[in-house]
Order: sequence, then structure tokens, then C-alpha cells
Amino acid sequence: MNNLIKGEKYDWEMVIGLEIHAQVKSNSKLFSSSSTKFGSSPNSQVSLVDAAMPGMLPVINKYCVEQAVKTGVGLNAKINNYSVFDRKNYFYADLPQGYQISQYKYPIVGEGKVTIDFKDGTSKDIRIVRLHLEQDAGKSLHDQNPSKTYVDLNRSGVALMEIVSEPDIRTPDEAGMYISKIRSILMYLDTCDGNMQEGSLRADVNISVRKPGDEYGTRCEIKNLNSIKFIKQAINYEAKRQIEILESGGSIEQNTMLFNTSTGKTRPMRNKEEAHDYRYFPDPDLLPLEISKEEIGKIKSSIPELPDELKNKFIETYKLSNYDASVLTAEKQTSDYFNETINSDPELKNHAKIVVNWITSELFSLLNKNNQDLNNSPVSPENLGQLIKLISTNEISGKIAKDVLEDMFSSGKTARQIVDEKGLQQVTDQGEIAKVIDEVIAENPKMVEQYLAGKDKLLGFFVGQAMKLTKGKANPKMLNDILKQKLNKKN
Amino acid sequence: MPKSSLKQTLKDLETKKISIRELNQDYLKRIKENENLNVFIHFSEENVLKQIDNLENNNSEKKLKGIPIAIKDLFCTKNMPTTAASKILENFHPTYESFVTQKLLDEGSIFVGKTNLDEFAMGSATNTSFFGNTINPLSKENEPLAPGGSSGGSAAAVAADLCLGATGTDTGGSIRQPASFCGVVGIKPTYGLCSRWGIAAFASSLDQAGIFSHNVEDASILLKSIAGFDQRDSTSAKVDIPNYFENLDDDLNGKTVGIPKEYSIDGTPMEISQIWEDAIKVLEKKGVKIKNISLPHTKYALPTYYIIAPAEASSNLARYDGVKYGFRSEEIDSLDEMYENTRAQGFGREVKRRILIGTYVLSAGYYDAYYLKAQKVRKLIADDFNKAFKECDFIVTPTAPSAAFPLNEKQNDPIKMYLNDVFTVPASLAGLPGISIPFGKDKNNLPLGIQILGKHFDEQQVFNAAVSLERSYE
Repeated sequence: MNNLIKGEKYDWEMVIGLEIHAQVKSNSKLFSSSSTKFGSSPNSQVSLVDAAMPGMLPVINKYCVEQAVKTGVGLNAKINNYSVFDRKNYFYADLPQGYQISQYKYPIVGEGKVTIDFKDGTSKDIRIVRLHLEQDAGKSLHDQNPSKTYVDLNRSGVALMEIVSEPDIRTPDEAGMYISKIRSILMYLDTCDGNMQEGSLRADVNISVRKPGDEYGTRCEIKNLNSIKFIKQAINYEAKRQIEILESGGSIEQNTMLFNTSTGKTRPMRNKEEAHDYRYFPDPDLLPLEISKEEIGKIKSSIPELPDELKNKFIETYKLSNYDASVLTAEKQTSDYFNETINSDPELKNHAKIVVNWITSELFSLLNKNNQDLNNSPVSPENLGQLIKLISTNEISGKIAKDVLEDMFSSGKTARQIVDEKGLQQVTDQGEIAKVIDEVIAENPKMVEQYLAGKDKLLGFFVGQAMKLTKGKANPKMLNDILKQKLNKKN
Repeated sequence: MPKSSLKQTLKDLETKKISIRELNQDYLKRIKENENLNVFIHFSEENVLKQIDNLENNNSEKKLKGIPIAIKDLFCTKNMPTTAASKILENFHPTYESFVTQKLLDEGSIFVGKTNLDEFAMGSATNTSFFGNTINPLSKENEPLAPGGSSGGSAAAVAADLCLGATGTDTGGSIRQPASFCGVVGIKPTYGLCSRWGIAAFASSLDQAGIFSHNVEDASILLKSIAGFDQRDSTSAKVDIPNYFENLDDDLNGKTVGIPKEYSIDGTPMEISQIWEDAIKVLEKKGVKIKNISLPHTKYALPTYYIIAPAEASSNLARYDGVKYGFRSEEIDSLDEMYENTRAQGFGREVKRRILIGTYVLSAGYYDAYYLKAQKVRKLIADDFNKAFKECDFIVTPTAPSAAFPLNEKQNDPIKMYLNDVFTVPASLAGLPGISIPFGKDKNNLPLGIQILGKHFDEQQVFNAAVSLERSYE
């Protein structure tokens, strides 16, 4: 695959690494018992610890630790029996302690990898450097008052997992697929709700460009991107910016950048000289985190089937392609829906590919059009299964089925109800079909002549006419066969 | 002046020889007579009277019911402001009660006030306080002496008999050194014995609450009251707290005392060496085996301490930024300016000095050479003690290199001031329990202190040795 992008003078390769910040799914914060509920009124979920009152001390939330270990297992990563919480020191109004408790030298999770799957059936591993636990900061509100900034500490102290990748990513699409895959794994594990709009999952992107085969170039870091679309946009813009500089003989400054979502441009936030010296050191208020092999084993055994396992199972059981299986397993709700659909009738197991298509193209496009989510789809898996069964037993044609699905979607009726009410059963009576064909042939003598003279394309015209007469209900295969038979007889 | 003891007072209260009100009126009177000592940052007679009222209406049995206690103003208290002797917390009223003070309240004690200290406990003379110096009650007229520090207010409160006991905190000697200077008993227990929850932090890995009292018995009673596990402090220890007082045993026959040769430091005044020898002789007479031990890394303790403590302080004090509570400068045009002016105006010189030192030793490029190395040395110092304690039951040393010095001496020489901690800092770094008891006088008739160090969580042995020395000295 050619992943290069063209500059004015040369071809360039992007080198991309992601730092994903995933909010740990947990009712309380990493070091306090305050609630983590999203969207509560400002400063309503702030304990004395979160507000950094004098003499207040952090106490680790064991559940968040388990969630991190679980995630580490899901990322095929090494779980460290010993890890340390460090203080990352800097001043900001929404950082009440004046430091963030994070993990620096000894993270809870070490090296791992995730696999991304391409449409052409190939896949690629992206290596994970580490995962560590840290506190989120609060929120500065600059738009409440013309001369004042307000601070909301509800988010202060909420547990985050920072997942750092190796610079193994080469295109914006790969970056998108990578974060989708991480999101998918986290959601299967139930360790993060994956909600990017609410900021539960966001990423910093490190990007540099180089000529193929060269050493890594100087990178810039784009901070705090909260959608896959923005990640791709930001990468594209930033790569072009860097290429332009390099091709005009300049050099890249190692900057931290911000992405403006309305202009689609990146701009520097601070350069290397202005970079903070965070003065990391082990937090003396907390003991090192020690997790025994037994505890890790216990957590491992509690882990549900993950997308890659499920994908392989689907390939094996239903003979699906790698890509189809990966689309099905990208989100837990999709694989759950597929499972329920295909298990709703024993017959359907032999038509897995059809089931996949009906879910991932027909149903998805209806959901999309109506801005709805598979989780609350008006068409239940059982009903979709029934519809597919009607197709596979030739009761209705695929074309009619599309209309039926739309009807099901808006009316909530079952496929059977709609087909019966509207009399949409396929016509499979040979005599009836032959009668219609005779009619069509009789009415279009000129066309028949042309067809017989070698204009094969006209076959479609006859099919169309015949379908029209049967209101689309004729079995297409039978119609085709009989039509050909009859026309050829004329010859 | 003969001072009443906590133990005796509890008896007198029980036998109704004296009432809670009478007892505390007596202390209130003395507190008001001694205002010139500047012992308290916060004192409210009204508040004390209210506490007396409440206790009089309370029939439940409590171990310290009615006992007047002074609280170092580093402990957060609900009913009194908490300042850490800093302008930056000048008007801070906590909504919560520290673990230690809550325990004392639960036992029925009466808080007479919040005592003065060095700002954020950084100092050895109680002269860095935003609220002015505390004067050592043992000073002669026109010759004010420092009470030591940082818990100088608490030590002075006990010495002037303004309470029957006081809380302190000890990070590098802040209980033991002022106890020595004021001629009272001061114990810093093992790190982790008393929860740090609700104590404004100076250096988290070293800070430990402790007790000042008139004598060892009283200290043993009070320490039991403030010790215990607290799940809100991750470094709090889950250990059984013995009844130190009931278990007190001054028979040391057969025990071994360690005498570390590294504590004989050139330039130590004769009088200090003399009381150390005297103490050893007394112990020998009591059948204690004298064992010369070596703590080879002692000489690195002070520099190690003055890297680790400021490093932690520089981070612990970052929360005082003017955003959420406490002092905020008026002159602010930007966020950065708010930080700069608030902290420039809110902190005193010594605190700023230590924040700068701490920031420096943690900086990129210096971390390995200073902080990391200091951590390694700290481990070696702890190992020294572990080895030594295989050969002895407790260790005896002087508490401080001098008696109380004049108030304004060393004010402008931080290094000289830091040397005050030379005998107390090693045990702090190792997290060991240590007590200072008055033992002998210098040529000006000022008290000197002997320090007894014990194994981790072996406060009982420390108390036993201390009570034995105390009884033989009296």
C-alpha cells in the first residue's frame, strides 16, 4: 500500500503516535469518593481532597486500578506488579493541588499491541508503549463573565488512563482506525464509556514527516482532540504544514499545537523552550501500587470476549471475511445485535453474509439517516432475522425487502405483518410469471426484434417491464430464466 | 515552678478535688498573664468557656475529660481558625477536624488555643511565623530566648504551664528540639503512628504528629489518645496501640543502649557532651549494657533532609495559589500575576527559600544529582539504624547541639539554623520514634535535652527508657 503524500518536490511519509486519554468508567474519582457523573451543576461533586484543602490526602480507588489492569489485559499488554504514583507539578487555575497525580517512571501497564483491519483484508499491529493512571484536572470557564474566569472542579480528580502508542501509525485513516479500535476494546471491557463528545475519550497526536527511509523528523504534538474527524483533519493539516516548511528549506520547531475545529488549522501553543519542567517525583502521600499475580489472574478471568477474539470466532463459525468480521466487532452493540439476529432462527446460520449486509449496510444507513443508534433501533434483531428469513426462503425479493425494512423501521411492525398486509409475497408460480412475460413480449415487438438482432442489453428492459407488472414481486431468478427461454425460442 | 501533671489532674478531677471549670479557669488566668510570650496565634476565652459548658452538660465518661490541651496551628480545627503561621492562610477556617484533634476532642479534652509555630513548620526557633516570635518562658528579663521550633508555641505553652499537654508536629526535629529548649518532654512517634489527615503538609514523607507534656507519664497517656490507623491516610500504619502508660516499666536491667559514635561532633559544647555521658552513666547503674554503635551515614543526614523536605514542600505548598481559599493578592492582571503576587506576598522568606531549594532539586537536569541521590542516602541512613537495632534496644543521644539561644541569633544564617536539627534529623529520615526529655542544665541554668530513639513502633521501649532516666534525674 502506498501511504505517501505528495509535496511540491518530494513524496513524504507521516509518522504518527497517539496518546489517548480515556476516562475510567467508575462511580467515584481516582483518589476521592466524589461522584464522576457527567453534566452535574458546577462544583457539586467536589470533596475536600478534590479541592486540595490543607491537610487532605489522596486514597487510591481500588476499582480504578482494576479497570486499568483489565484494560491492560485487553491491550495484550504486560501488567506491572509494581507501579508508582508521581506528582506532575505545574500551576493552573483548574489544578487545585498545583500538581497532577500521575504515573511517570513506573506505569501500571507496560508494552502491548492492538490490531487494526483494512478493507482489503490485511491488518496491522500498532504497538502500545504503556498505559498509566492519572487524575483529570478541573475546567476553567472563560465565557461566564467578561472579566472573570470561573473554575468547575467536578472533573478534578476523575481517573484517566493515558494510553501511549509507538509511532507506528502512517496515515490519518490508520490513526482513526487505531483510536476506534482502542475505543472498541475499552467499551467491550466496560472500562470507559467511549463517549468522545463528553470528553471521555480524547487524544493528543504526535506527528512528524520524513522522506521514506529517512530517520524520524522533528515532531509536533497536537493537544486534546475529541473526535476522529478532528484527529484526521488535524493530522492532514499539520502534515501539509510541516511538508511546506521542509520543502521551502525550513526546519520544524518542536512545538505543542492546538487545533482550531472551526478553521481546521493547527497553531502553536508553546515551543520547546517554553515547555514545562514538571518536576516529577514520587507522591509521598501514596504508597507504591503493588498488585499480586493472583489479583491479576482474577481480573483476567473476569474479562469478556474481546473484539479480536470475537472476530476470529465469526470468521471461523460463519466463514465471514476478515473485514466483515472486523466491522461487526468494532462495536459491542453491533456484535451483540448480530449474535441476536443470527441466533433468532437456526436457518440464518447458513446466511451469515446476508445477515452482515443487512445490518451493516441497510439497517446502518436507516439509523444514520434518522440519527439513531443501534442500541435503540426500532427494528429488533428478531424482526430483522425474520425479514432475512423471508428473503432466504424466496418469500420476498431483496428489493422488496428494502421497502419492508423501511416500513418496519417507521411503523414498528414485523416483516411478516407487512408482507401479509401488503401482499408482497414473491410470485414463484412459473405459469403466472410466464403469462406476464408473454404479455411483455407481445407488447414490444420492436424491442424483441432488436434483442434478437444481438442487442443483449435489452434483456434488462424486459425484466424491468415484467417486474413492473408484478409490482416487483416476481422471483427475479425465475423471471430471468423464463424470459431468456422465451426470447431464445423466438430465434 | 512545680507543675501539676496530667496524671494527677485526672485523679483530682475524678475525686472532685477540683472541677473542670476551676481547673480551666486557672489555666485561662495563666494564659492571659503570659500573653507577652506570644504563645498562641488563636486564643478565645469565650471559646474555652463554651467547651467547659458543653462538657459540664455531658455525663459520658471520657479519658481526658476537661483536660486543657494546646494545639499547634498546623492541625486543621473546625472551631478555631487554622493558619500554619502564614499570611497565606490568615483567615482560613477549616470545615473539618484533623484526625489527631478529633481524637482528643472525642476523649473530652478542652482546646485552649492554637499555638504559634514557624511558618508551615519551617524553622527551628519559631521566628518565621507571620504572627511574630514566641518567647521561651525560661527567658530572663530583657534577654528573650527562642523556644526552638517549629513547634515552639506548643513547647512554650507546656513550659509556661498554660496547658497540661500540647500537640506538635515533627518533620526533622520540630517536637524534640523545642522540647529540649523549653525543658519539657516531647515525643515524635514512628512515622505512620498518627494519621496526617488534616495536618497542613510540610514534607509528607517526614511529617509526624506528636505530644508535648510536663513528664513522660503524661506523654504516654496523651500519645495513646492520638495514635491509630486512619484509612484516609495511605501512610497510616495498621498496628495495635499498646497502653503505654499502663505498661510503663522503668526497670531497664538487661537492656542494651546504643551510643552512636557519629553523634560526637566537633564543636559540640562541653555541657552537651557532659549530659550525654551523665545519662549513659545513669543507665549503666541501672544495669543497662552500653554498646558503642556506628551509624556511618549520619553526616549525610542533614544535607539529605534539606533536599527531601524542601522538595516535598515545594510541591505541597503549590496549592496555596490564591484560587480557592486563603490570601489572594489584590494586584492581579493575569493568572500568572495572581500566582506570583499572591505567593510573593503570602509566604515569608524561609518558606520561599525552601520552595526555591525544593524546586531546584527536582528540576530537570538536577533531579538525579540531588533528589534521587538523597533518596538513596535516606535508605542507607535507615539501614544504619536497622543494623544498629540488631545490637541494642534503644539509642541515646543529645537532642540538640545547644540550649535555647537568644531570640535573634542565627536569624540571618540559615545554615547555622539548620544545624539545630543535626541530632534529630537522622531518626526522622528513618521514620523512627524519638523522645526528648529534660536532662541537666547548661552554665546559664538553661535546660538541656536527651534524646531516646527506638525501633519502629517500639514507643513503649522509648517511654520506658525515658521514664527511667527521668525518675533517676529528679
